[in-house]
Amino acid sequence: MTAHIDLWWLPRAFILGLLAFIIFGPLTNLLLWTVAEKWYFPHMLPLEYGFTFWQRVFSPRGNAMASLMTSIVVATLTVIASLALAIPAGYALSRLKLPFRGLILLAFLIPQAFPNLPVYVNIARFFYEIGLNGTIAGVVMVHVTHGLVYAVWIATAAFSAVDIDLEEAARSIGAGPLRAFRDVTLPLAAPGLLASAIFVFLESLDEFTGSYFVGAPVVNTLPLLLYTASSGGNYQIASITALLLLVPSIGFMLVVERFLRADVLSKVGH
Amino acid sequence: MQTRFLALLLVLPALIVIVLFFIVPLFASILGAFEVGDSFGLGNFSKSFDLYSRDMIFTVVIVSISTVLIGLLSIAIGGYLTLGENPRSVAILRWLYRWPMFIPFIVVGQVLRTFLAKNGLMNNILVSLGILTPLQTTGFLDWRGIVIAFVWKQTPFVTLLVAGAMASLDRSTIEAARNLGASRLRILIEIVVPQISGTLLVGLILSFVTMMSVLSVPLMINAQSPTMLTADIAFRINAHGDYGVANALGVISLLLTAGVALIYLRQTMKDRL
Repeated sequence: MTAHIDLWWLPRAFILGLLAFIIFGPLTNLLLWTVAEKWYFPHMLPLEYGFTFWQRVFSPRGNAMASLMTSIVVATLTVIASLALAIPAGYALSRLKLPFRGLILLAFLIPQAFPNLPVYVNIARFFYEIGLNGTIAGVVMVHVTHGLVYAVWIATAAFSAVDIDLEEAARSIGAGPLRAFRDVTLPLAAPGLLASAIFVFLESLDEFTGSYFVGAPVVNTLPLLLYTASSGGNYQIASITALLLLVPSIGFMLVVERFLRADVLSKVGH
Repeated sequence: MQTRFLALLLVLPALIVIVLFFIVPLFASILGAFEVGDSFGLGNFSKSFDLYSRDMIFTVVIVSISTVLIGLLSIAIGGYLTLGENPRSVAILRWLYRWPMFIPFIVVGQVLRTFLAKNGLMNNILVSLGILTPLQTTGFLDWRGIVIAFVWKQTPFVTLLVAGAMASLDRSTIEAARNLGASRLRILIEIVVPQISGTLLVGLILSFVTMMSVLSVPLMINAQSPTMLTADIAFRINAHGDYGVANALGVISLLLTAGVALIYLRQTMKDRL
């Protein structure tokens, strides 16, 4: 009997370790900056730790709280507007006979398929003329346009995954089309719609370029605050703001599969 | 006929939003690029080429290098997830690779800005491990920083698509090749990658377009010249209110992307029709 020693664990462990360092090194760095009171070259770790900057960020007069509120208001309104547009559209795209269905589905992808910076520049100019620049409504419209592809595509997939027989059964025992939709189809599609709502919420929360041209400096969302703090060299405030944006994104990454079941996921874009 | 009308009516509001807030401004930017004073001409373009031709090359080179690296890494990670024989390593890798996927670009910019700086954590660790002396350290906050930021953020997304496509492949050809003694690297290159090339292409093109329009990463990591066209557009507007040159630069980046987007549209139309 020969003792077989598998030496492959060594390169495997090395590569996985390297990958972990590449992914978590920068994230650890961010965490350290949020609690660093004093940190300068060539010290590997901060010299003093503390929460003074947290107090400054979360003080009632600090502009971070105002930015957080602005971001949440904008993202919530974006979700409401996107779903109001996407639920009827998704229902029509999944259930009803529609000419040029494939082209219509693709049309919602256009805002993702072109570089959108020139578009934002011209929207800002147009909004300025009609008084929408620097307003919450203007920023929400820009975010809705950008997030609509997720809202419509996931809503379409969610409605397609609902068994059509259930809807027809409700109709055959006398429910009107609206009633069948409200009491049968909508509740069954709810998990998929919730997933699309979360997608749109996160997209809006994280959006920088559109807010930078249409919102700044009046509508100061969290990403804009992060940018101003960072260009002012205030790394603690910037890192705390970045952490506030990071937590929902990573949380969503960890639970996304629970919301988007495979039967819905396999129908996205079809 | 009536249901068709109803269906169009239900889709119309969402379509109007796309037309009004994306397609109309897109055409406005193309028109604006040719507007010089009160007449039309190519003045904005010649000015753009005079001032920013270096940045155009810089943008294309950075985005292309990033796209190639993202492709290679996603094939490597997806390939190991599909063909790896050590269940524990596969599980760790599957858990590990996704982390940066939903992190916003602006946060990626801030995170890497502090990590990769000359006196950032990365150099501090290398110095305290004795690999570098404090005098040898260099910051990565130039084109390398932008490439690292793009690859760091976009690889998980492409890998997710690629690994999903690889997982749904027919295992029997892979097993057959394995039984005939083919190495796993050869199976990956000759059997697996050709079958998922469509998915890989779609993922890479979406990443390419995304990278062409990200403003926050070049602003946060490398705003000095040479920089990316997105930063130049923002500068033209904020510092000079010069919509003509900004729009011309926009059209140039559109043209650079258009070729790539065309490949994408053809790919999706082929799948759909």
